[in-house]
Amino acid sequence: MGWFKRSPWVLHYNATSCNGCDIELIASLTPLYDLERFGIINTGNPKHADILAVTGSVNEKSRQVVRNLYDQMPNPKVVVAVGICATSGCVFQDCYNVLGGVDKVLPVDVYVPGCAARPEAIIDGMLAACDILEEKYVQRKKSRRGVQP
Amino acid sequence: MNAVIFLIVFPLAVSFLALVPPLSLAVRKAVGVCVNLVLCIVPIYLLVTNLDREPAFYHLESSLVNGGMLLVELLLAVFIGVVSVRAKRYLPLLLVVVQSLIMMTFEFTSGHGIEIEHTLFVDRFATIMALIVGIIGSAICLYAIGYMPEYHEHYRQVKDRRAYFAFLMYLFLSAMFGIVFSNNLQWLYFFWEITTVCSFLLIGYRDDAASRECAFRALNMNLLGGVVFAVGLFFLYSSSGVMELDKLLRADKGMVLFPAACLAFAGLVKSAQFPFSSWLTGAMVAPTPVSALLHSSTMVKAGVYLILRVAPVMEQTAAAKMLTLIGGVSFLVTALIAISQSNAKKVLAYSTISNLGLIVACAGVNTAAAVWSALLLIIFHAVAKSLLFLCVGVVEYKLDSRDIEDMDYLIMRLPKLTAVMMIGMAGMFLAPFGMIISKFITLKAFVESNPAMAVVLAYGSAATIFFWTKWMGKVISIKHGVAEVVEHRVSRWEWVTLGILAGATVAVCLAFPYISFHVINPYLREMFGETPVVDTFNVLTVFVIMLGLLIILPAGLFFYAFIDKNYKRVGTYLGGGNIDNITFEGAMGTSRKIELKNYYLERYFGEERLFNAGVFVSLTLMFIMFGVAVL
Amino acid sequence: MSDVYALIKSWSILERMLAFVLLAPVAGGVLAGIDRKLSARFQGRYGPPVLQPFFDVFKLVRKERIIVNKFQDFPIVLFLLFTIFAGALFFAGADLLLTIFSLALAGTFFVLGGFCVSSPYSHLGAEREIIQTVAYEPMIILLAVGMYQVTGSFRVGTILRHHGPLILYLPGVFAGFLYILTIKFRKSPFDLSMSHHAHQEIVRGITTEFSGPALALIEIAHWYETVLLLGMVYLFFAFNPVLGFAMVAATFLFEIFIDMNYARFRWQLTFMSSWLFTAVAGVSNIIVLSLLR
Repeated sequence: MGWFKRSPWVLHYNATSCNGCDIELIASLTPLYDLERFGIINTGNPKHADILAVTGSVNEKSRQVVRNLYDQMPNPKVVVAVGICATSGCVFQDCYNVLGGVDKVLPVDVYVPGCAARPEAIIDGMLAACDILEEKYVQRKKSRRGVQP
Repeated sequence: MNAVIFLIVFPLAVSFLALVPPLSLAVRKAVGVCVNLVLCIVPIYLLVTNLDREPAFYHLESSLVNGGMLLVELLLAVFIGVVSVRAKRYLPLLLVVVQSLIMMTFEFTSGHGIEIEHTLFVDRFATIMALIVGIIGSAICLYAIGYMPEYHEHYRQVKDRRAYFAFLMYLFLSAMFGIVFSNNLQWLYFFWEITTVCSFLLIGYRDDAASRECAFRALNMNLLGGVVFAVGLFFLYSSSGVMELDKLLRADKGMVLFPAACLAFAGLVKSAQFPFSSWLTGAMVAPTPVSALLHSSTMVKAGVYLILRVAPVMEQTAAAKMLTLIGGVSFLVTALIAISQSNAKKVLAYSTISNLGLIVACAGVNTAAAVWSALLLIIFHAVAKSLLFLCVGVVEYKLDSRDIEDMDYLIMRLPKLTAVMMIGMAGMFLAPFGMIISKFITLKAFVESNPAMAVVLAYGSAATIFFWTKWMGKVISIKHGVAEVVEHRVSRWEWVTLGILAGATVAVCLAFPYISFHVINPYLREMFGETPVVDTFNVLTVFVIMLGLLIILPAGLFFYAFIDKNYKRVGTYLGGGNIDNITFEGAMGTSRKIELKNYYLERYFGEERLFNAGVFVSLTLMFIMFGVAVL
Repeated sequence: MSDVYALIKSWSILERMLAFVLLAPVAGGVLAGIDRKLSARFQGRYGPPVLQPFFDVFKLVRKERIIVNKFQDFPIVLFLLFTIFAGALFFAGADLLLTIFSLALAGTFFVLGGFCVSSPYSHLGAEREIIQTVAYEPMIILLAVGMYQVTGSFRVGTILRHHGPLILYLPGVFAGFLYILTIKFRKSPFDLSMSHHAHQEIVRGITTEFSGPALALIEIAHWYETVLLLGMVYLFFAFNPVLGFAMVAATFLFEIFIDMNYARFRWQLTFMSSWLFTAVAGVSNIIVLSLLR
């Protein structure tokens, strides 16, 4: 029925971002771009969230935090790497202080490049994440039914 | 009549028996069980036999007993005088001297050779009180047998005077039975004073500076009440030749208003209403059985019992309005103060004063509905509060602390005890338990006669929700992982009494329609000629909720504990910085533990400010009450 | 319109309770959706579809069930159960005080749920939930008292059939009720303990540790409560059904308007201002009524 597509709740975490992508992410909630018309709510609580939107390339301090947040999210869940730093680390790729992208810590489903990622791109990424969310739910349901004989 | 006399004399005999040189604990327990069973059964027998009868009055010819009482009173006065002089406090000495002078004057002038028609009586209200004293009293005495050894282990510096303790407890029970069955006001006064002395001695059991201070404060206030009581009796006989309760109720109201106000004053002191509340909060230093027996379920109930008895005399006067207001002020102010208290026994003490204030307010209103709710409040409160005190007593040992803030995760450390404690707490303020039914009916009674009191009740019940829910939340917190279960160290002996009282809390609520119809309504019919109309739908609904909860709660807990397997366990949300459920990574790489404390709102509900305000207001009201009564 | 009304009046108690249990969540969900849509429009946005709350609940039900301790969902179930029970009692025409006390019982279970998970956010949320309860409790009891003074009965059925306009006798009580309605609907400025839709307060306050099915139950319970509270508003205007429904709609819009215009109060201000407003508006109304009779 596509319930996950219609009501995805986002947890936004800043892992050593310069705040540029964060500003764009928040901007997409404002009236000009209005993410809420898709039913997307920015919740601060991993237990309520479906989508984990991470900005910034993760470093040692935030590695465990990102992991904790991801673990506390109930399935089905997707991770969206917002901005090029979260995707691959961009210019900071080889620096000693960052890990170089979220996918070094978590399984990422959607990459939204850009520095900073534009709201339109973010919205695009979120909607793609919703589709993946829906797929994951269907898969989980099938695998759970498959487990029971 | 025999049952009545038995109930007064039997505990007296037992108390002397308790003074016999200490036998082994097992023998004491066996004797205790037998004695207490008898004390439970006889009031039930009394109830059953008197259920359909009119109030019965008995004549007891005995100048010997009267003489003996006078002698004992004088001896007690001497005893108190000696004790207070030795402690270098002269106020009690002054008060007993004044009191003795009044009694002696009375005895040798107008009161000499009074003809008393009926000395004792039984009616339904007295039977209810006897049931409370008998059943709850024996449960607590039983508990005390197991509690006192542990008490002395914990407080090794306190001299072990267990026999003396038991003597006082049973003497007190005897005096309580005397109070509720006496028609002769002199006898009532005698038993009243005995309870004052018992309370004084029991509060001072620990015999350290703090206990002595609190004991003397209680003594002073209660002696003051006794003096006013004596003055009232003196006036009563001089002005109208009446010395019996039933005759008092039938006498010309104008003449007996002042004595009735004096008696009401004595009742207010005994029930620790403002401005006399500090003795009860101070009395919490006593061992827990004392707090449970005297200071929540029986002695303070004697105070409201007397007020309820004399209230019809004051009816429709400004004095009665003052009484209602004093009760209302006590109810509201102590409920607010309780919000800012974190000492568990103090919270319970303030809650007790609060409920007693509500009963006093109902007495002042004195309509059929108000008295109905007053009686129900007495029953429900006595049961639930004594249960809570006993639970807190056990918790105090296991945790070495009386502070609510130390009761974190209690449900993991003492699961069954916490469950029982929650029954007690729910019994104090939640639907479908008795107190909420009583508050329900009280609200209806107030709306009809005194809407200002309805406002007081509204604010007061909001305040009670606050401190009870806070406490419940504190004990129910669960932390997955480490918490040592200390349950196995609670003795089975204590479990029996806790079980009895917890069962009683639930049973009394389920039996409330029966109690109301068969016991309280006939009493109301005698007093008012009518009974309040009970909405059967409401009763049914409450019943349904109670039964529903009784079924759903255990079933649900069982389901979630054992059957439900479809879950994934994760940590609590600590901003992502979880190290485990209660530790998180703080700044500079430190790890910090979380500590959860309750709100106490001391700035708004601080004890001192509110207490002084309450005392001031109630003193004013009290003067008005006496002023109206005298003029 | 009057046929529907006559039909409802002809139902028995059980039928009315059943109607409430089945229809109230639908109505409550639609109301919540209208709330979000209107709020968005006030802010110049498009806002989610009106049926969005239902989408949310259906999604939540399908989420994996994660817990912090095994018993945390039980108080939530009881919370829902007693909210439904309170509403059913109300719409069956039973005693108003009993409804209020059942609602208080439900609220207590909700708070206990927040306490038992023992996390800092839910603990704070639970404490604030208690403060909210204590803030509105006097006024709600005074509502019942006021109705009794005018109609002579606590029964909703009797109050409903009262011939006179209750609002005329109880303007102060109604004003006080409107004030605390903002607390009960969990709207700014009084949404202290948990926050609705896109707001956050102490992260998610009392609902922080609940997810998936439990959160869905909390949401549904709030729908039931909304319908119950709007029913209480209707009582003031029951003498004229059309006016009644119009005022219910107006009240709801008013609450949304207040929500949009005010930022959250501190809990001290919430508490004190509620009690003060209750005293000024509610108590004075009651005293005036008692003097008139």
